[in-house]
Amino acid sequence: MSALLRHRLFWPGVVLAGLLLLNVLMTRNFLAIEIKDGHLYGSLVDIARFGAPLILVALGMTLVIATGGIDLSVGSVVAIAGALACLRIGDLNDQNSVGGVLAAVGISLGLAVLLGGWNGFLVAGAGIQPIIATLILMVAGRGLAQLISDGQIITINSGPYKLIGGGYWLTLPFGIIVVLVVLALTAFLTRRLALGLLIEAVGGNAEASRLSGIRARGLLVTVYAFCGLCAGIAGLMISSNVSSADGNNAGLWIELDAILAVVIGGTSLAGGRFSLGGTVLGALIIQTLTTTIYSIGVPPETTLLFKALVVTVVCLLQSPAFRAKVFHRRRRPSASSTASEGKVKVPA
Amino acid sequence: MSAPAPILRMSGIGKQFPGVQALDGVDFRLLPGEIHALIGENGAGKSTLIKVLTGVHDIDAGEIELAGRKVVFASPLAAQQAGISTVYQEINLCANLPVAENIFIGREPRRLGRIHWKEMRRRAAELLTRLEIDIDVSAPLSSYSLAVQQMVAIARAVDIDARVLILDEPTSSLDAGEVAQLFRVMRRLRDEGIAILFVSHFLDQLYEISDRMTILRNGRLVGEYLTAELPQVELVAKMIGRELADLERLEGRPYAGEGKSAPLLEARGLGRAGMIEPFTLGIGEGEVVGLAGLLGSGRTEIARLLFGADHAGQGSVWIDGEQVGLRSPRAAVRHRIAFCPENRRAEGLIPGLTVRENLILALQAARGWTRPIPRSKQEELVEKYITALNIRPADPDQVIKNLSGGNQQKVMLARWLILQPRLLILDEPTRGIDVGAKAEIQRLVTELSDGGMAVLFISAELEEVLRLSHRVGVLRDRRLIAELDNDDDLTTGDLMETIASGAAS
Ligand SMILES: Nc1ncnc2c1ncn2[C@@H]1O[C@H](COP(=O)(O)OP(=O)(O)OP(=O)(O)O)[C@@H](O)[C@H]1O
Ligand SMILES: [Mg+2]
Repeated sequence: MSALLRHRLFWPGVVLAGLLLLNVLMTRNFLAIEIKDGHLYGSLVDIARFGAPLILVALGMTLVIATGGIDLSVGSVVAIAGALACLRIGDLNDQNSVGGVLAAVGISLGLAVLLGGWNGFLVAGAGIQPIIATLILMVAGRGLAQLISDGQIITINSGPYKLIGGGYWLTLPFGIIVVLVVLALTAFLTRRLALGLLIEAVGGNAEASRLSGIRARGLLVTVYAFCGLCAGIAGLMISSNVSSADGNNAGLWIELDAILAVVIGGTSLAGGRFSLGGTVLGALIIQTLTTTIYSIGVPPETTLLFKALVVTVVCLLQSPAFRAKVFHRRRRPSASSTASEGKVKVPA
Repeated sequence: MSAPAPILRMSGIGKQFPGVQALDGVDFRLLPGEIHALIGENGAGKSTLIKVLTGVHDIDAGEIELAGRKVVFASPLAAQQAGISTVYQEINLCANLPVAENIFIGREPRRLGRIHWKEMRRRAAELLTRLEIDIDVSAPLSSYSLAVQQMVAIARAVDIDARVLILDEPTSSLDAGEVAQLFRVMRRLRDEGIAILFVSHFLDQLYEISDRMTILRNGRLVGEYLTAELPQVELVAKMIGRELADLERLEGRPYAGEGKSAPLLEARGLGRAGMIEPFTLGIGEGEVVGLAGLLGSGRTEIARLLFGADHAGQGSVWIDGEQVGLRSPRAAVRHRIAFCPENRRAEGLIPGLTVRENLILALQAARGWTRPIPRSKQEELVEKYITALNIRPADPDQVIKNLSGGNQQKVMLARWLILQPRLLILDEPTRGIDVGAKAEIQRLVTELSDGGMAVLFISAELEEVLRLSHRVGVLRDRRLIAELDNDDDLTTGDLMETIASGAAS
């Protein structure tokens, strides 16, 4: 039992369960899942489906954060990928040609990888602080997205492209399948192969890793490029879902939600140990929260406040120091001889 | 002389970590005006005793009295404000802040409420001069060697107006000169009536400076003794629970490799401006070459150049008679060179990872991430080295930052032994390692070199260098000034003389 309590996914799990429970109480048939015309429907399915882009972005972000970095540019990459794909498809003679759509998808994902790799180069090659290095693309990327879409919202009408974000395959929403595949691939690369260990080593102590013979530079570029790829896929999903690309608003603030998801999932912003499962849980919490806000009818002007409140609660529950204070009121005698005001815990 | 009342009394102290009883019913007392040594093997609980005393950890059982009043400190700051000044084993200063700020952090001299920077720098320089450290106090701490950082931590601790001064392995990275200087300061403070708690694995130092000793073994108290009444052999026996038979056995190392054609590795005119002047040095298979010299004389710098940790500005390195480019540690590892650095916290440990992960890191890095080491192989390797080096607790899944300092050091060593390198560069490998384990490691070095491994051995302890090396390179002022064959008549005295005179004998 105490092992379960100490498990780092315990408290996020409790919060997710709590949110779901709230929904069950507020909405009839919340848990119902049915198959209509060979498609899976239900509120839970919707949460997973609409949460898919965030989960993807958060997965890439997890690895970046594990190296001790951060990627603020994912929102812009989302917009760029969507815009480029829609532009290419819009230029096709036949927007329903599978080959043309695949080419468009390939080119925009290629660009996303390149942009991520560029971030990695700035961080690892030029030694710029990650937050600054990716801030550059965060700002410039929005401009690039607008340049691609010529400042307009590009609308397309392409069946194959619609599949990515809005379609179904084997009764499942296609987006969920993509997430499962990317998740499985990431888990394989990091946990079955040794990528995870090396990432955690670099994030835990970069100099010691270098002296152990780890090629930190190549590793960082790979990780940032992977993060770019994830953001690119998410961008395709988002634009495919609405069959249009909006360089201005697509993926706006998604970097913040992704960072939150990672942190809620128990990966430290200081780098080192990471948890993919935790990140997925974190992203689901955030998505469920959004759903909940609609379903329990929180007035629109207080939604942000409500969201902030829940996130604060999760973060507090995640903090061992906070839990220690609240849950077992210390057995420590209050007679802390001299200065008890200095409650600063200095790490030894 | 009747003993004065203790300033500090700890009784029945117990402390449990998950899976480890670190302290169990330990009694300890500290008298004013004495230097009291706390002794025990790696993992015996010395640092833990200090940490529960100063509020880093809670205690599970027992009581602490300071000057007759019961106390519990909620934090190290509270302990400091109550007059207990501590230098922890893992120095916790802010490496990116200037030296002066590190010394006065939390108690900056102020004028009209604002920090008086000039005064702070002046006082910091003055304080360090008294410890005979002459450095620029406005430079960031990280720009100085570990030894200087340690002296800064000590300077900070002794400047705090304290009744109790605690020094956890302060001398582990200092050489004879600094140690003498530190001891002068300690004696002065003792004579002023301050109680000093001192931890060290150097028996000579313990006998030189301490008045009284408390010995711990496996988290339990063995006893408290007057230093003058406890012979060294008995001390060791009490500490490790058995006689240490063959500690001094490894004398004089005849070297059979004489007349070998080409050395395994040769550095020709290798150097880097500002770090080390060009030097030429060869190491043969099965040969142990020691490096001796004062702090900052360039020992570590030679090691770093040979490992590609820093770029050499000039000169070349030849392995098996072929010139090689050592552009990075990775390249060096490919040539089967291994380097165990002196500053394990900054350059060795990955604190959040487990013992197993830390152990296999270099091997995994060498294989690349696409070729993971199979789990069963990992387990086998880890088990082998945990046993061989007696790493405790013998739990591969323990997070390494929870290990005692000496055991962390053993893991660092094992990380490189796993690679079975051809040249093993050891920079202060026995730092913070207890006498028993030290003998083990020295024996290991001998065995490895007998098996054909070349070893470059760096240590501030000249006895150790002399005991293990076939040849000794002497450094002074960032220059390799002499190479001496370790024949029967080379003594530590000769080495010191060479270092001091700056000329080859
Ligand atoms: N935070 C922690 N969590 C778990 N175990 C710990 C922690 N700190 C120390 N230990 C364990 O407690 C025991 C005592 O460790 P301690 O650091 O006090 O040893 P020490 O006597 O200072 O050894 P050394 O000479 O190597 O510094 C060791 O077994 C160590 O692994
Ligand atoms: Mg210790």
